Amino acid sequence: MQNEFLPLFYTFHFYLFGLIALVGAIVFVTRKSPVAAALWLVVVMFALAALYVMLDAQFVGMMQILVYAGAIMVVFLFVVMLLNLGHPSDLNDMRGKLGRLLAGLVGLALVAELMALTRSEVTMKLVVPPVENAAAGTAGIIGPIAGPLFKEYLLAFELTSVLLLVAIIGAVVLAKKRSN
Amino acid sequence: MLAESLTLSAALFTIGVVGVLTRRNAIIVFMCVELMLNAVNLSFVALSRLYGATGQVFVIFVMTVAAAEAAVGLAIIIAIFRHKKSVNLQDINLLRG
Repeated sequence: MQNEFLPLFYTFHFYLFGLIALVGAIVFVTRKSPVAAALWLVVVMFALAALYVMLDAQFVGMMQILVYAGAIMVVFLFVVMLLNLGHPSDLNDMRGKLGRLLAGLVGLALVAELMALTRSEVTMKLVVPPVENAAAGTAGIIGPIAGPLFKEYLLAFELTSVLLLVAIIGAVVLAKKRSN
Repeated sequence: MLAESLTLSAALFTIGVVGVLTRRNAIIVFMCVELMLNAVNLSFVALSRLYGATGQVFVIFVMTVAAAEAAVGLAIIIAIFRHKKSVNLQDINLLRG
């Protein structure tokens, strides 16, 4: 429904985040160091979260950042560092001149975009677009997700809690040191 | 934006498959599996615009399963590392006769 509001703005950012996700994924697969790979995967997940928000799935986008980028990737990095697989030289070195220049340019472009947006007339038009159906109007963003989750899929929802409990116990048992 | 989303989802899934097939580090293989799950989530979200919010409910289930899978899988990797002092998949050949 955002297509009626600033289609070019929307399309540009859709392609931008799609490109970031794609490039991030390719770089992620080709990295040698597990630490660098994990951080590139975090980039992919942030770009995907932006795409979810643009596809009218704001709650899923937030969950993506909290659960994937926040929790799962931290577990991955924790295990990489626990097993001492990362190369120390990868962890605390600055990139070369080209990398620093590129990072500075990206940062400047982002700041410029934010400044231009806050000062322009465009933000006035960025009001929340009207929702399509009446049910979504009263239920907000989370309502359409919570409805099926607690009605049709209640059994599956309860079973995931059992699954998580089993996973926690299994992880503790598997990772525990055997004491002879 | 549906076509673009599904194309991006297919591309990310393919990159994940290539990673699983070409990498030897077990942790990176696990991360590639996460990337594949993310690609599937993207197509769920893109199609949920057409067919209602049920797709987003499935995304939440997929995230839960991914979290459980990551916890158990990484615990298995830690156990294997204690045993073999390596996470290279080619070193893990306990079942070989």
